[in-house]
Amino acid sequence: MERVIQLEKVNKWYDDFHVLKDIDLNVQKGQKIVVCGPSGSGKSTMIRCINRLEAHQKGQIVVHGTELTNDLKNIDMIRKNVGMVFQQFNLFPHLSVIDNISLAPIWVKKMPKKEAEDIAMSYLEKVKIPEQAQKFPGQLSGGQQQRVAIARSLAMNPDIMLFDEPTSALDPEMIKEVLDVMIQLAEEGMTMLVVTHEMGFAKTVADQMIFMDEGKIVEQATPDEFFNNPKSDRTKLFLSQILNH
Amino acid sequence: MESYFVRKLIFDEKSRSLLIQTLVIGLFALFIYLIAQQTAYNLEKRGISSGFDFLNISAGYDISIRLIPFTSEDTHLRAYFVGLLNTLMIAVCGCFLATIMGFLVGVIRLSSNWLFRNIAYVYVEFTRNVPVLLQIILYYSILLHLPKIKQAIEIFDGFFLTNRGFFTPSPIFKEGFSIVLCSFIVAIIVSIFIKRILKKKQEQTGKQYPIFYINSALIILTPILFYYIMGRPLEFDTPVLKGFNFKGGMVIRPEFLGMLFGLSIYTAAFISETVRSGIIAVSKGQREASQALGLKNNLVMRLIVIPQALRVIIPPLTSQYLNLTKNSSLGIAIGYADLVHGFGGISLNQTGRAIEIMLMVMLTYLTISLTISLFMNIYNKSVQFKGNA
Amino acid sequence: MTAFSNQSLMRNKYYSWIIKNLFSSWVNSLMTVVAIIFIYEVGTFFLNWAIFGADFRTNFRGELITDRTLCSKNISPGEFGACWAIIYARWDQFMYGFYPIEQVWRVNFVYVLLPLAIIGILFDKLPFRKYFIYFTFIYPFLAYFMLYGGPGLSVVGTNKWGGLLVTLFLGVTGIGLAFPLSIVLALGRRSKMPIVKSLCVVFIEFIRGVPLITLLFTANVMLPLFLPDGVNPDNLLRALVAVTLFQSAYMAEAIRGGLQAIPRGQIEAAQSLGLNYWQTTRKIILPQALKIAIPPIVNTCIGLFKDTSLVLIIGLFDLLGIGRAALADMTWTKLYYEVYVFISLVFFIFCFGMSRYSLYLEKKLKTDNS
Repeated sequence: MERVIQLEKVNKWYDDFHVLKDIDLNVQKGQKIVVCGPSGSGKSTMIRCINRLEAHQKGQIVVHGTELTNDLKNIDMIRKNVGMVFQQFNLFPHLSVIDNISLAPIWVKKMPKKEAEDIAMSYLEKVKIPEQAQKFPGQLSGGQQQRVAIARSLAMNPDIMLFDEPTSALDPEMIKEVLDVMIQLAEEGMTMLVVTHEMGFAKTVADQMIFMDEGKIVEQATPDEFFNNPKSDRTKLFLSQILNH
Repeated sequence: MESYFVRKLIFDEKSRSLLIQTLVIGLFALFIYLIAQQTAYNLEKRGISSGFDFLNISAGYDISIRLIPFTSEDTHLRAYFVGLLNTLMIAVCGCFLATIMGFLVGVIRLSSNWLFRNIAYVYVEFTRNVPVLLQIILYYSILLHLPKIKQAIEIFDGFFLTNRGFFTPSPIFKEGFSIVLCSFIVAIIVSIFIKRILKKKQEQTGKQYPIFYINSALIILTPILFYYIMGRPLEFDTPVLKGFNFKGGMVIRPEFLGMLFGLSIYTAAFISETVRSGIIAVSKGQREASQALGLKNNLVMRLIVIPQALRVIIPPLTSQYLNLTKNSSLGIAIGYADLVHGFGGISLNQTGRAIEIMLMVMLTYLTISLTISLFMNIYNKSVQFKGNA
Repeated sequence: MTAFSNQSLMRNKYYSWIIKNLFSSWVNSLMTVVAIIFIYEVGTFFLNWAIFGADFRTNFRGELITDRTLCSKNISPGEFGACWAIIYARWDQFMYGFYPIEQVWRVNFVYVLLPLAIIGILFDKLPFRKYFIYFTFIYPFLAYFMLYGGPGLSVVGTNKWGGLLVTLFLGVTGIGLAFPLSIVLALGRRSKMPIVKSLCVVFIEFIRGVPLITLLFTANVMLPLFLPDGVNPDNLLRALVAVTLFQSAYMAEAIRGGLQAIPRGQIEAAQSLGLNYWQTTRKIILPQALKIAIPPIVNTCIGLFKDTSLVLIIGLFDLLGIGRAALADMTWTKLYYEVYVFISLVFFIFCFGMSRYSLYLEKKLKTDNS
């Protein structure tokens, strides 16, 4: 199996606050990893380090055999291959849906406009909202916006997708439509690293579960083991809080 | 190896930023160097000497509006201070008048009477959309159209309006007046203590005291009392028409009045807008909530609306003060001897030291602006701190 | 029947409006009376002065007014009305300065095309907006050629320019040149590079800390000292340099406000898609930031437009300078109010128009976002 992401003894501080403590993580091609943990545990920071939205200060992050350093060329290359979906969607409000999706192919991959728009339409069909192509983000529901955001990432044809709490900002009735798209993506063999509290989703798609607390990876296991036989007390406590409500 | 080095230089985030900054500062230094060299060459060619020694030679011109004595024999440095004081004087008087007018108009803009509201609106739109320079010149020419001294308009006993200015009685301080003044200052200090003590008492016992009335009485009555005890040590010298001019008293020149009216009428329009939006910002809901708590109307204004509105009003108000101070440099258009007109204009023409003089003038304004901004920032921080606590 | 009830309803509406806004209490009623008297007194005085009792081209005896002694108020002591003849007599100067009268069509041509050059920027839903924007970029070169002259057109030096032409030239060109500069300054002020950032901060705060008149003086006196012999910018160009630098600092602050309003997530999303700094800035940040910043930008433009009047202090003849020149002329002297009221009106029309536009944009921005 090909190793696509490798984190080794990764440390990060915000001034005095130690957010990531000696994180070790390996992701293989095609693997789906779900990261959970209480808020402030560093799970978002960890995946944001993988495409360098945040810089780590110690340790090593290697994506596709390229180490992440200050080298901007490497950063650009990695970002082209790693897609990211945000909690707040972060669609560009001044661009129509189709322009949102075709922007990066046109400007980063230097694709002809027509071709980029064709690709955009095909991904819009994939997330099942081709009819919204000409609308602006502000005119869409939260669920639709998040699906556009997924399509926007996919349009760069990445081989890794990072999801940072993609359903946390959604109304309950819209969560399913987004999760369905993600499940479909998983079935197609995409390498996925997902920060989420949707345990049903985790059980369905995850190969590995990771539980983080206070900047450390506390537990890493298969979903079966993780849910049925957690080893750490903190994991047990977290699971009991999140499952029993 | 070399390509690795180049790559590291151009694509490494830190070294790229260092490279760009080195380039920027290099270009900037080159720019300054070229200008400095060219200027030195040009100055030499035109036979203009440089340096600040001119400050010590006598200015050779007179300044009619001055707060400290000045004759044409005095130095340029003294002319600078006369100008600076005149700038500060018009700025302070202008801000004072503009604040009063601005608050008044701002409140009228929110009046329940439609006509009053719209008269104020018309005033605001007409004054703020016409250049302040034009207004200064206009008011100045109105002042110059007042009757000549022979036909002076006497508005009160001893107060005369003429085209040469506004003649008023001048105070003469006799022995003992300083004691009256001291008593006034002491009264203010005492009143602050009284306020603190009574506030503490109110917090402990819940009983409310008429602090405002007690202190007002204290501050007003104490100096009056001392004034009579000291045998009325203040007299007025009333201007009297003798021949072609007034003798005695003092005169406020039309240049000053023109500046004062121009600056304050213009700035008041802007201040009234900030006052209006500040009061509106303290939403109706806030007022209703506090009325529901059973606070009386004037207490609502004092405890809820005004403190919150002030917090919103003060930052833009300060920037209006800054604008007024900067606009006071327009005195040159009507001959008000401020910093720019006297020192920056006449001294410059006489000595030819353009660079030195403009530098001094600009740095002075910069110092005034930065001082005001500094106090502004301190105030903002203290307000924000309270907001978070 | 319904017509009647509608009518009475309407009357009722007016009636309750009047009660609420004019006579809600006895204090309010008193205020209404005072206000009506005030409006009546001021209004009749002003209208009598400006219109009913005023001379336009002829005096009350029907003679054409060619100098101030022929104004009605200077003939008969009972007359006090304005004497607008000065505006008619000096109209060409107010509009074109000392531009050769046979060449004035060139200025008119530029005036007429100005709205076409601006309209594309002002309204984003304009049909054929693209072509208007193209024209906006061509216009400055066209206008320069028409005004200054060149191959095929005789040269008219800027010392011949004056009046509204100078006011508009300084205002429009100053704003146009300051705009790109202010974007650079605003971006520089938010840069992570300390040297770039501090240079921008010092520049912006210095310019904002000193009065425009000192910058005009500096440009006027010192620009020739800074430059080599061959390069000697004329007075108008010197003023333009000062005005542009001045405006760019204020505009940069307005744009900075817009930049601050863009959520961090926008930048992150663009970065995560692989867009570099310039692409992110050009495609994502600036379009959004400028849209938010336009109302405050327009407000700085109003300020600048008014401030162009300061150039009279360094000896240029803008609208106000031409007015002062007219008053200095012995044939027309002393007609202060006529001249200043007329110039005020011109400034008012431009500035009030701009402030209405800024309000319209603010309202539009609010509805767009909700």
